[in-house]
Amino acid sequence: MSGFLVGSAGRLTLPRLALVLAICAGVTGACAALAPLIGTVVDRGGWHVAVMGLGAFDPGSPDHAILWVRIPRVLASLLVGGALAGAGCALQALLRNPLAEPFTLGISSGASLGAVLAIRLGVETVFGFAGLGGAAMVGATATLLAVWRLARIGKQLPPATVVLAGIAMSMFCSSASSLIQSTSDFTEVNHMVQWMFGSTETVRLVAVGYGALPIAAALIVLIGYARELNALSAGAEVAASLGVAVGRTQTVIFVTSSLLVGAAIAVVGPIGFIGLIVPHALRALLGPDHRLLLPASILGGAAALVVFDTLARTIIPLHHLPTGAVTAVVGVPFFIAILLRRKQRAAMWGGG
Amino acid sequence: MAQVQLHGVTVALGGRDVVREVSAEAAAGELIVIVGPNGAGKTTLLRAIAGLVAPRAGTVRVLGHDPLRAPRRVIARELAYLPQRYELAFPFAVEEVVLLGRYARQRGLGLAGDADLAAARDAMAACDVAHLTTRRFDELSGGEARRVILAQALCQGARCLLLDEPTAGLDPAHARAIFAMLRAHCDAGATAIAVTHDLDLALRHGGAMWLVAEGRLAARGAPGAVLATAETRAAFGLAIHVGALPSGVPFAVPA
Repeated sequence: MSGFLVGSAGRLTLPRLALVLAICAGVTGACAALAPLIGTVVDRGGWHVAVMGLGAFDPGSPDHAILWVRIPRVLASLLVGGALAGAGCALQALLRNPLAEPFTLGISSGASLGAVLAIRLGVETVFGFAGLGGAAMVGATATLLAVWRLARIGKQLPPATVVLAGIAMSMFCSSASSLIQSTSDFTEVNHMVQWMFGSTETVRLVAVGYGALPIAAALIVLIGYARELNALSAGAEVAASLGVAVGRTQTVIFVTSSLLVGAAIAVVGPIGFIGLIVPHALRALLGPDHRLLLPASILGGAAALVVFDTLARTIIPLHHLPTGAVTAVVGVPFFIAILLRRKQRAAMWGGG
Repeated sequence: MAQVQLHGVTVALGGRDVVREVSAEAAAGELIVIVGPNGAGKTTLLRAIAGLVAPRAGTVRVLGHDPLRAPRRVIARELAYLPQRYELAFPFAVEEVVLLGRYARQRGLGLAGDADLAAARDAMAACDVAHLTTRRFDELSGGEARRVILAQALCQGARCLLLDEPTAGLDPAHARAIFAMLRAHCDAGATAIAVTHDLDLALRHGGAMWLVAEGRLAARGAPGAVLATAETRAAFGLAIHVGALPSGVPFAVPA
């Protein structure tokens, strides 16, 4: 039975799918239940990390109020982590590129630009959160489209040019965001900066509520395309000869992934590298079959962001770090490590 | 009835006509070998038949379907295509790669059922890769990987096979076994069109030969006869000598 849970030694079976996903769901559930109980306290002994008992879930408990301060950000982390990891996993298969990720593809910067523009133009004050979210989604989709067009050489999407196009778009979008900021007034800039940190600190339950429906729907659509993602791993032409309606599939995955990233970023601001680290680690652990990998990445991304978020608010005394900063500290070395792996380097510059 | 029909097919790539006015047909049970020099348009012709590139003019029919118009899923059940180059982005296991061939015949989650597993088993046995089942595809040798991809194409269960250099990189024993297997497949009613540079195998196993030169179908007929034509000599820039071993087995060598 070795290789049943871990590794890819053969085809996917229903028992393996069910068992692995049940374990993932259990881990995610445990992280989500424990995270709001963990926090920092200051007393006469100084500063330390404290874990509240399960009694805090009792409405009569004095800790109950604290719990309710933490719960929205845990829920936001679950939602956003799942969305970003799911989108990252799908984009990696679509672009056949292990480095593809909302952040490296510049989609996060595009979404930020959309949101900054929405704040500057007052769209947010008219349409509220939906206006900000909508603008972020438009920004995300437009950037992904631009990267796709820029990176395309003939009918090929060489991994190296995809990353270069992502970097170029990312620089363009952040410059444009800076430009808009420099022409905005103080309250607008304050709002923009706070938002662009990528933090769950100020997230409100209502934003999570708004984001939940489109994100859940988009994730279900993506999971429905898991077999197509497997076929696309061999390239568009092979996928077409295997029977995949390639054009439609690519469009759906592109639009859905942009929507996911846009919605996730609208809820908490740009958070990078979850979409890179989680699918990559799980692929090494579970194998590349997207019928298992994609849902596992979604659950894993949710759990991972809850953990990162809990670290962000407990790691430095009395400072809540932006969650995006913590994921970047872990994510950038991870990105470089993948980049330096010899085999993949050969594949990257070899094109295809 | 012809399973594959080409009528005046012209394909342009980058503004240049790579395939020019090719009209031909392949009937059920036929094993057709396409030969020709590098860059003659052999691969593009196969891709046009597979519906992967649109002809500038002319029509392609595969079992009555226009492969460009019919849903890909329908085409994939009738026609399998082995590309010259095949690169997987992720480290799938051999069995997973072969089972990808069943895509068009599966629904829903697509977990392999009995029919899928039987098809995969037969295909892997036919290509001598059954012993590689649990190996990682990206760790195989070139020839092994080639045979696995061929097994994926066979696993599709299609009546028409389009194969772009199925024996490239294979050792002589496996190359011969693959052609013998294709022959048996065609004798059982399938149609196969294979591009190859292996003139010996083409001569021995091919039922008919198409010579493609500068995008045109320059000659067609029995392999021995086509190889002996002036067109073949002109296309390759050298004459192909066709002879027979003492055992009666024919061979072809550049003269």
